[in-house]
Amino acid sequence: MTQPISNSDVAHVARLARMALSEEELGRYTTQLAAVLEHAADMAALDIEGVPPTAHPFPLANVFREDVPRPCLDRDEVLSQAPDVEDDRFRIPRILGEAP
Amino acid sequence: MAADVRQGRRTASAVLEEHLRRIAEREADVHAFNLVMEDQARSRAAEIDRMVAAGDDPGPLAGVPVALKDLLCTRGVPTTCSSKILAGWVPPYDATVVSRLAAAGAVFIGKTNMDEFAMGSSTEHSAFGPTRNPRCLGRVPGGSSGGSAAAVAAGFAPLALGSDTGGSIRQPAALCGVVGAKPTYGVVSRYGLVAFASSLDQIGPFAANVADAALLLDTISGHDPLDSTSLPASPPLASANLGRGADGLRVGVIAELAGAEGIAHDVASRLGEAVDALAAAGAKVEEISVPAVRYGLSAYYMIAPAEASSNLARYDGVRYGLRVPGADITEMYMATRSAGFGPEVKRRIMLGTYALSAGYYDAYYGKAQKVRTLIIRDFEEAYRSFDVLLSPTAPTTAFELGAKTSDPLTMYLNDVCTIPSNLAGHPAISVPFGTGDDGLPVGVQVLAPALGETVMFQVAEVLEAAAPTGGGQ
Amino acid sequence: MAGTSVMTGWEIVIGLEVHCELRTETKLFCSCRNAFGDEPNTNVCPVCLGLPGSLPVLNRQAVEYAIRIGTALHCTVQPSLFHRKNYFYPDMPKDYQISQYDVPINIDGWLELPSGKRIGVIRAHMEEDTGKTTHVGGGGRIHEASHSLVDYNRAGVPLVEIVSAPDMRSAEEARDYVEELRAVLIATGASDGKMEEGSLRVDCNVSVRREGSTELGTRCEIKNMNSLRSLAHAVDYEAARQAELLASGGVVAQETRHWDEADGSTHSMRSKEEAFDYRYFPEPDLVALDPGPEWVESVKSALGVLPAERRARVAEAAGVPVSSEAVATVVRLQLDGFMTAAVSAKADAGLALRRLANEVAGELADSGRRDLDPDGFVRLLLMEQQGELTSAQARTVLRALVAEGGEPSAIAAKLGFQALASGALDAVMDEVIAANPREWERYGAGDDRLTGFFIGKIKAATGGNADLRAATDLLRQRRSTAAS
Repeated sequence: MTQPISNSDVAHVARLARMALSEEELGRYTTQLAAVLEHAADMAALDIEGVPPTAHPFPLANVFREDVPRPCLDRDEVLSQAPDVEDDRFRIPRILGEAP
Repeated sequence: MAADVRQGRRTASAVLEEHLRRIAEREADVHAFNLVMEDQARSRAAEIDRMVAAGDDPGPLAGVPVALKDLLCTRGVPTTCSSKILAGWVPPYDATVVSRLAAAGAVFIGKTNMDEFAMGSSTEHSAFGPTRNPRCLGRVPGGSSGGSAAAVAAGFAPLALGSDTGGSIRQPAALCGVVGAKPTYGVVSRYGLVAFASSLDQIGPFAANVADAALLLDTISGHDPLDSTSLPASPPLASANLGRGADGLRVGVIAELAGAEGIAHDVASRLGEAVDALAAAGAKVEEISVPAVRYGLSAYYMIAPAEASSNLARYDGVRYGLRVPGADITEMYMATRSAGFGPEVKRRIMLGTYALSAGYYDAYYGKAQKVRTLIIRDFEEAYRSFDVLLSPTAPTTAFELGAKTSDPLTMYLNDVCTIPSNLAGHPAISVPFGTGDDGLPVGVQVLAPALGETVMFQVAEVLEAAAPTGGGQ
Repeated sequence: MAGTSVMTGWEIVIGLEVHCELRTETKLFCSCRNAFGDEPNTNVCPVCLGLPGSLPVLNRQAVEYAIRIGTALHCTVQPSLFHRKNYFYPDMPKDYQISQYDVPINIDGWLELPSGKRIGVIRAHMEEDTGKTTHVGGGGRIHEASHSLVDYNRAGVPLVEIVSAPDMRSAEEARDYVEELRAVLIATGASDGKMEEGSLRVDCNVSVRREGSTELGTRCEIKNMNSLRSLAHAVDYEAARQAELLASGGVVAQETRHWDEADGSTHSMRSKEEAFDYRYFPEPDLVALDPGPEWVESVKSALGVLPAERRARVAEAAGVPVSSEAVATVVRLQLDGFMTAAVSAKADAGLALRRLANEVAGELADSGRRDLDPDGFVRLLLMEQQGELTSAQARTVLRALVAEGGEPSAIAAKLGFQALASGALDAVMDEVIAANPREWERYGAGDDRLTGFFIGKIKAATGGNADLRAATDLLRQRRSTAAS
């Protein structure tokens, strides 16, 4: 059951994905996404209730790794790619809320 | 070529210089590369030559220049995915396929241009400018592995690696007139492949001919303990049946794709000629219906963006890559991701986020996963009666730059023939087969069941030999 | 502490979510060390940093521990999937957490408290831990910080999240649940249970409802309780807050609240974001997990003795109900070995239980020392039983034994406790019998009511130093000797 996607849907989704859109972008993307979703309507109309979903092409199971430590990355190499470092840690601007 | 190098008839350095010369001549026009690794390639080639001189064997790809799509992690060498958000990022590790190729003696000649984060069918969505089709510079090379396809087509490297999520190896191979293949899902390790859609992505070979593509694929295939989705058993040998011909093989032409709306008449004609060629070679060719492939595009454009929206969340400016400052972390995230991603990537992230969001999961992502099951079932049914299937690779020859960028949906339709194999996890290959009315290359696609690489390459070789303009070089 | 008047007529309903770090050598999805306290960002790799192109591979030992926890909590261990839980937060390298959603590995279990009450365990699933953020400036509090620093050593450490049913009805019950759960987790070997190191973290869901009601009220999730005491205080505070709010006609908003240890209250965490939409979908980089009945059975049979069984054994040995507090105390303080020693030496198990639960527990709480060894304990019990020491003396010696160690007789001697030597008791008995011939005759004829009379006389004669049980035995012995 598809519904046309609205500007506010797109704005909400952009926020969820941590992207800021201009008014113009918002309008443009809404039109484009609506077109894609409409195209998907043919699929949405299919009656396939009893069909099981496929998450993986092949039903592999139980792939494991043994609990043996291996050398990790050199800290300097890791931190050399970081945008901002303080005290051997990644420095970031203030966080306003606690984790969920 | 590798044999020549291993046996000392040619030096790796000489081979390399020849290719670097060609790059110097035409790369400015083609723009296949984000980075030409001149210095590293020269020292590696010299090292290969030293090994040969010392009587050691550098491996089956000794001295062969290989181009790598710029979403394969190369330690110490920038890997950008053609995105501003990773501009200048230097991975601290090598992808498994990169390690395997290095161990086989390959010489990495450069990182190739692509659609940003592998999202696109024309390489016009690169943050660093498009790649142009070497056959005609006003046309696209296809995408997302357009740079790798162009590199092989232009003779910059005999071999290249790309990635294929919805056709991103096969479609550019068809448009550039080279061979491009996607293996069975899980045959090639994804460790070190920057993820786009995890349940669909596979790394695969580009080459000027079928035999070389098979050799490259065989070199990189095989279980990897670092990739949980990598198939545990020994992979099929792509080159095992080369030279055996097509006598007695059963070939099914997929009705829904061969006759799909949007398939250009010249492409359809080439497909018809391919059918004739296979019949002449002793194959039994018939039409077969695989009904669910009609829904492939819709299912793909729910599943791939959904997985991508999650895979691309990590690009947030905290640990690596672009950071655009903000007063607090949320502002920083927003500013970084808005500036760092191009419009096609943003579109797909939003589409994917929407498809997964509360209230919509069942209608979109959930439904698409069920369609996937239908496609797999229909293919299984078809393969009861046929060894391989046939279809066009792309609906048209290479289109002009800018022709399809204004309407995303039009661009997405390029993938209608290639997508079903990704959804099913099956292998498929595009073989150049003649040209269109405009003189540009046309590709024919051979599809095989899971782990059917051997018979797939076998049939591909027959097509190559029978191709109207003599096939690849 | 919440005033009881506020809570009159209200019932508190509590559910707990406990995150338990597993004692594996390496992380859940990569081979980096799982270690506490190392230099920041030294146990990281492409996988746990979420670098582009990295992929997770599941740690078999973590699965083993998860199965142990599930079986110890009487769960059904079932085939399961991993899911991605998508949200943005800087301590999450991929901005999604690999967790389990609608098909977790362990479901439908329970945990029995020492009181005998069973608390339902809805699920116990596997997930990866996040990195650690330190807030700089503003006294380390998140809201006043100028910026933050992130260390990813902990990112990717294996966790099992244990979610209880909302079956607890008081702060004490919540505490008991966590203590019992911790003991179970330690007994399985899956965790070291160190709340102070963060290997065990507790969030609680609290709601209130009118007594007698069966509907659940709106609940709040409380986070940031770092000890059992905080947990109990937070529960009481929050329950009172909600009761007062509802009683005055207000409505409880469903939200997450932060426990503030300093001011002893919970605060609403009104963050800028809307309610989280985690957009769960099956993790495409991992395959299904199906341990199978053989693995589960082998875990079950190898499971060590759990606290509930230890309590059952102690209770049986001492002949007391399993829900008795003394039993709970002995097991909680890991003193059951002493019970075993007492029983093997044929000492009085009931006496042993009382001494452990009272004197030993008391001394441990007071002095925190623990120098008692089972042999010394048993010897002391026997000394008391055999009349060498009175009960009062024995209790004193026991406390000293716990606090300082040593030998029971030496301590007794040092304290000047001469158990009345049997010879001396005989002499006193002779005197008392001689002084009360008529009573002795009646006692000798079988009038047991005179036992107390004679014991009283002996007690008076010895200034209370006689072991009265020994005296009673001696009295009876005399009678039978006299009779024969």
